[in-house]
Amino acid sequence: MILARVKGTMVTTRRAQKAQGARYLIVTPCTPDGKEAGPAFVALDTMGSGPGEVVLVSQGSSARQTEETKDRPVDAVIIGIVDLVEEKGKLVFKK
Amino acid sequence: MVLARVVGTVVSSAKEPRLEGMKLLVLEKINPLNMEGTGSFVIALDSVEAGEGELVFYVSGSSSRQTELTSGKPTDATVIGIVDTLEVGGVSIFQKDRDAT
Repeated sequence: MILARVKGTMVTTRRAQKAQGARYLIVTPCTPDGKEAGPAFVALDTMGSGPGEVVLVSQGSSARQTEETKDRPVDAVIIGIVDLVEEKGKLVFKK
Repeated sequence: MVLARVVGTVVSSAKEPRLEGMKLLVLEKINPLNMEGTGSFVIALDSVEAGEGELVFYVSGSSSRQTELTSGKPTDATVIGIVDTLEVGGVSIFQKDRDAT
């Protein structure tokens, strides 16, 4: 899993049949203290997360291991909203 | 999934039989934060009848075989949606009718 920050939202009407009903967000990978690092990509949201939030993203075939994404064409899914991150005993990120 | 623009199509007459009848698209990856092309290209199967110039997103790896059209096919990238609008940082940075090329 990686940490990522939610940057934006996307609307799509024409999509593959098994991709109906999904909510997609634009996210950027980030460091434990919330700094953006790496190219932005699209992730399916199962948590109701919103812009600005730091989230947990699972990628690859593991992204299909949630109730909502089972057997669907998904390679990145948001599986948690981060409240805080501690690194070397120090609080480095708080929501 | 990765955002990309359809920049062309691939025609291949000698191909794996299971790819018969499938449309192969040339995609350029797009940075969704500024809508610029990254100079990185990928060939993807099409499951939504996307056309040249359209902004799409594609799924990679084993997940790209999870559409009805691509089930059991030797693909590692499939276009699964055409983007209508994109909002980043509260600002609308893409609208299909307005910004399509």
